[in-house]
Amino acid sequence: MAEQASLESPVWNRPLPDDPELAAQVREIREKHLLQDARPPREVAEKVLGPMARLGRVFWLALIVLGGLTATWLATWAYQAYQGMGVTGLNRTIMWAPYIVNFVYFIGIGHAGTFISAALRVLKFEWRAPISRAAESLTVFALLVAFTMPLIHMGRVWKFYWMLPFPNQRQLWPNPRSPIFWDMTAIFTYLTCSMLFMYLGILPDIAIAREKASGWRKRLYTVLALGWRGTDREWKHLDTTLNIFSYGIIPVMFSVHTVVSWDFAMTLQPGWNSSIFGPYFVVGALYSGVGAVIIIMAILRKALHLEYFLREEHFNAMGKFLLILSFTWVYFYFNDYLLPWYHKEPILTVIFRLFTSGWAAPLWFTMLIANILIPWATLWSRKVRSSIPALVGVALLVQVGMYIERYLIVAVTLGYPELPFDWAVYVPRLPEILITLGVFAFVVLGITVLSRLVPIIPIWEVVEGQLLQGTRRIGRAIFPAKTEAD
Amino acid sequence: MSELETRLLDRGQSAAAAPKTELPSHKWTMLIDLDKCTGCNACVVACHVENNVPIRSEREVIRGHGQHWIRIERYWEGEGDAQRATFLPMLCQQCSNAPCEPVCPVYASVHSERENLNLQVYNRCVGTRFCGNNCPYRARQFNWFAPQFEGPITEMLNPDVTVRSGGVMEKCTFCVQRIRRVEEDALVEGRPLRDGEMVPACAQTCPTSAIVFGDRSDPQSQVAQRLGGQREFQVLEHLGTAPNVYYLKAGGSDGGAG
Repeated sequence: MAEQASLESPVWNRPLPDDPELAAQVREIREKHLLQDARPPREVAEKVLGPMARLGRVFWLALIVLGGLTATWLATWAYQAYQGMGVTGLNRTIMWAPYIVNFVYFIGIGHAGTFISAALRVLKFEWRAPISRAAESLTVFALLVAFTMPLIHMGRVWKFYWMLPFPNQRQLWPNPRSPIFWDMTAIFTYLTCSMLFMYLGILPDIAIAREKASGWRKRLYTVLALGWRGTDREWKHLDTTLNIFSYGIIPVMFSVHTVVSWDFAMTLQPGWNSSIFGPYFVVGALYSGVGAVIIIMAILRKALHLEYFLREEHFNAMGKFLLILSFTWVYFYFNDYLLPWYHKEPILTVIFRLFTSGWAAPLWFTMLIANILIPWATLWSRKVRSSIPALVGVALLVQVGMYIERYLIVAVTLGYPELPFDWAVYVPRLPEILITLGVFAFVVLGITVLSRLVPIIPIWEVVEGQLLQGTRRIGRAIFPAKTEAD
Repeated sequence: MSELETRLLDRGQSAAAAPKTELPSHKWTMLIDLDKCTGCNACVVACHVENNVPIRSEREVIRGHGQHWIRIERYWEGEGDAQRATFLPMLCQQCSNAPCEPVCPVYASVHSERENLNLQVYNRCVGTRFCGNNCPYRARQFNWFAPQFEGPITEMLNPDVTVRSGGVMEKCTFCVQRIRRVEEDALVEGRPLRDGEMVPACAQTCPTSAIVFGDRSDPQSQVAQRLGGQREFQVLEHLGTAPNVYYLKAGGSDGGAG
């Protein structure tokens, strides 16, 4: 039935069945699923491009507040670079803390974007269509921030280029044995790939925006569209390139957080020196990253009136995803603690007791509640997953939990080396707090501005998805189904 | 020009006078007898003066920004009246298998096979502090601020030692500037290095001679003679860092205390 209709009339004009019972079923399917609820491409484009160009009062207010916080970040960084790292709460035992916590956290956030985009694209999960670009933009800005973090953390940041491999008068290359060198390589690869991947996907949408825009936007899009005309040849090339990127970027993604974990796992620090850190960090990254994507989706939906695109089904699916990642993460976390608990190495016992009953216990238990108890208690319910405020609440808690988890690993564990004389506690001071606030603001600012500059919903992917969807009738029931076009 | 000739030229001596030999290799080793250590901290002061180690304010030291290339770690043992302090002088252990070396992205922490020393190249350091984290002894000191020397201390700075800038890592060098001097003196005079000729500042100052320094590869040296006893141990030996600082346990057969 669906196939015949699509031959006769465009997909957005498909009539409802005459039978009222079947018609009700079709209506329900259309209400639930974005890809079944086809509209003319012109209308779909308007739903994205319209709100994008309207800069309301809230936008300017957000711009000022977030811009102010970002400026504070840069000013604090300048102050710290001028005064010396001593303005932070770091001490001779805990030489890494706030910035490396942020670094790990933001790399983690950066994971989900490309994962949702690339992995779900490879697996042909069509529902991801409206989410992918918001997730990718989160990846790009989170990675940019993550990239600055090791720089902010350096004692002599003005010499940062000494860590880059380039021919120089010192005739000295970076040390390939240092995990920091692997780090720089992995993150730089990932950042470049993510930016290219995102930009390629944007091209057709920029071209659509170019046709509708006027004034400075027209000029901007004309440049950004790189002369995209939408010929068959161009589409074929785009499809091939995106596929290559999708397959290529997934192993890169796994490598990045594994390498980040090696910054810790390769050291002699008790509590860090653990072979499980690689997969454990990757899963933790996806966990916090998917949570962050949910938050960004909810904000964009509200700010840009994207109710048509981002529906219950998307939040529901992301909620399930979050729950599965929570299970996986707990598996690794349990492993990471079971072994030290079992073999009772003295220093690891000290750290373990610190978490369970020492001064770090409030942090540890908050983390367990936010990361395990509440997600497990709520996310099994479809009601919670489909309610946007409830799901965003859980996702925010996961952010808090995962931030604390990184804080416990980096800033607390590091204070307990083997010799008790060196034991120390790190207490954050104003510069770290301002810089941390500032980078969070910068990520939100980046996405806010980007969502007003480029179509944050991939118009062409939605339209393409809608063209390929149909319904099947089996007896008295109608089911959503994919047509044979793929 | 050989390394030796360059160094002699730096000292104003004719390169032609340099003997046609390579610099000999050494296994510089320190032995600290904890039975003799009284925890007086004289070594700490001597080290500060010899090596231009910045002196931080009381407030900064409380915040954990104190910089000491050698420090006396004090541990309490026992309860009540029986409680007593034991002292563990802690300095860079000059590990043969140093964890700080591979993690540095810019080769600021490097190994000298010839001298058996772990060297820190200050002006190459960018301050990632990875080495500091990876040092199980926490022997590496970071310049949290640019060093400031007040009053007459500026007149007392040792001209043989660099004053490090802010944001770089530094650590005990086994007084490498003194090693260089005695090595070259010996070469110019055309004789092998004598045991006891090279004394680092801490060992020179120690009132109880708890610190002994020397070349382990010379079997006649005091260090080599005293190694291998029952009291000998290395701190965190199980980590496999192979330190070149050996300790002798306190409270030996005489039943003495630490």
